[in-house]
Amino acid sequence: MSEGINAALEFRNVDILFDRGNRRGAIEAALARLDAGETREEIGRALKVTVGVAGANLAVARGEISVLMGLSGSGKSTLLRAANRLNRPVRGEVRIGNGLAWLDIARCDDDTLRTLRKTRIAMVFQQFGLLPWRTVRDNVGLGLELRGMAPSIRRDIVAEKLELVGLANWADAHVHELSGGMQQRVGLARAFATDADILLMDEPFSALDPLIRRKLQDELLDLQKRLKKTILFVSHDIDEALKIGSRITIMREGRIIQTGTPDDIALRPVDDYVAEFIRHMNPLPSIVATAVMRRFQDLPRRPDGMLDGGRIAIAPDSATATIADRALAIRPHGEWVRGALCVVPAQLSLGEIIALRQRSGLPVLVEAEGRLVGLCDDADILQALCGEARFRAG
Amino acid sequence: MAPEQWIAEHKIPVGAVMAAVVDVVRKHGLGVFDVITDSVGFCADGLTTLLLDLPPLLLVVAAMAGAWFLRRSVGLAALVALGLLFIINQGYWNETMATLSLILFSTLFCMAVGVPLGIACAHRPRLARALQPLLDLMQTLPTFVYLIPTLILFGLGTVPGMISTIIFAVPAPIRMTQMGIARVPRSLIEAGEAFGATERQILWKIELPAALPMIQAGLTQCIMLSLSMVVIAALVGAGGLGVPVVRALNTVQVDAGFESGFVIVLLAIMLDRVCRPKDSAS
Repeated sequence: MSEGINAALEFRNVDILFDRGNRRGAIEAALARLDAGETREEIGRALKVTVGVAGANLAVARGEISVLMGLSGSGKSTLLRAANRLNRPVRGEVRIGNGLAWLDIARCDDDTLRTLRKTRIAMVFQQFGLLPWRTVRDNVGLGLELRGMAPSIRRDIVAEKLELVGLANWADAHVHELSGGMQQRVGLARAFATDADILLMDEPFSALDPLIRRKLQDELLDLQKRLKKTILFVSHDIDEALKIGSRITIMREGRIIQTGTPDDIALRPVDDYVAEFIRHMNPLPSIVATAVMRRFQDLPRRPDGMLDGGRIAIAPDSATATIADRALAIRPHGEWVRGALCVVPAQLSLGEIIALRQRSGLPVLVEAEGRLVGLCDDADILQALCGEARFRAG
Repeated sequence: MAPEQWIAEHKIPVGAVMAAVVDVVRKHGLGVFDVITDSVGFCADGLTTLLLDLPPLLLVVAAMAGAWFLRRSVGLAALVALGLLFIINQGYWNETMATLSLILFSTLFCMAVGVPLGIACAHRPRLARALQPLLDLMQTLPTFVYLIPTLILFGLGTVPGMISTIIFAVPAPIRMTQMGIARVPRSLIEAGEAFGATERQILWKIELPAALPMIQAGLTQCIMLSLSMVVIAALVGAGGLGVPVVRALNTVQVDAGFESGFVIVLLAIMLDRVCRPKDSAS
């Protein structure tokens, strides 16, 4: 219970199985075999039962974006859909917290389920799931309409949510008149309209082209700053996961392999499967300065007491630096002038570090908690690009 | 004794059983059938009388306005007006009105039964499988065969014609509704579920609107099938455009046969154009 207070949504030992053969007792037999350690292939062959998810444990904290990642067939969507019981777990709990008590959505009665779906949990679909015969306004108002809210009250809320996603002028358009990106904005507005605090997003941007996808990711992050929803987000794109996730969960063959912060995943993959994902990511936006830099504590000291940073020498405590014994100015990256060393915050991305390195022609210094902690020079940047830095113990 | 002779001598009493069933129904349920005959006959004939009491030209204008209102097409409104004027010109106005009211009533009944049944079939595959052979039978059994018992039960007149028409036409709306509902994308239903819709809400707010084009196609088919029964309905005494066709057949009048035939075709085209689902309504 102690960690439960923070979590809004928690999966506990969730098994989701699908009976393809409709044989009596097949599910129970499959569970027994699963507990005996058989793989999902063996169970699938023997019993015609698909093991969607096995033994999943995951807590999603209030206000965080938790990303489920994995290849297709890894069970990530299956697990997500258990959160509003579009898939019903055959074993385990899916608990929704209201701050005081837990409610098991996997086992609650139908009325409670519908109430939760109407008020607490909203969903955004990969193929948008919009009703083509309705206008944008009536699509966004769907959840409120299902609650039985009068059209006049609905109208104001819908207008507000459309404003939120930038579609205020499209309320009377039909869905097919909109581009894919705009359609998914309608999907978002529909999910926001019920003021549910938990948002399930099932690969919401996968059907969009890359430029629009990035734009919508940015918009989602922007909205999240204001709305502070608890978001469970399914993605098969590691860059997307690293960009928007505050926690990332990697799934494989129905099981959770690793859960952690983006840095945990990127820097400390638990096995080759996770490492393989990381190898294919675009490092420029997702690797941060602290992961690229050489730490000052690791640098050798010169006879004069300054740290040997290769091209430059630096004394971090007095914030002085020299290049070929000529003193260098040190400036934060917002106030950088030609000829000075540039100081960047710890969370700045590799891409921006490279840009600053190019502009100044000098190594870039990294600052954390008001102190200079390390520097990034060409060798460090190249190493980060090659992927070496990502597996260095942080 | 040759085996085939033995087989022929031990005839399975298919016909006799059906005759006995009809007989039992007639003996014990005649009151019910009389009520049906009287009430349905009253409504259909009443509507025919009402249509005939109105000035034909007023009806032409009303039909033209109705066509324009439904489809917003000047061409279609003109087609309806010219078609009806042609019918007046050929002297088949009274028969056309009788046929229209027969089609109207049988179609109303077919849709009232067919749509709910189609929905039930789409939701319960077992029911659909059970109903399948019955629907096939209704559409393939030669019409004259069930014309005989309807004649016995309902007597001569409009009603047996209408019953035969309904038996023949009702499978269309059932099938089309079932197909329309069954084809609603799973994702749309899940969208409804995810926002807490009840089963009833999913039916009314998602399934029926999504299936509407198919249901409308079922309506059009139902009208066309009813229209194709007018000649057979005339054989058991229903009025309408079938009567001159039968009369022309009996007296070998080529001119009268073609006249009434063309009028039927014209009526079919007008009804189809007005009622068919809008293009690209998907």
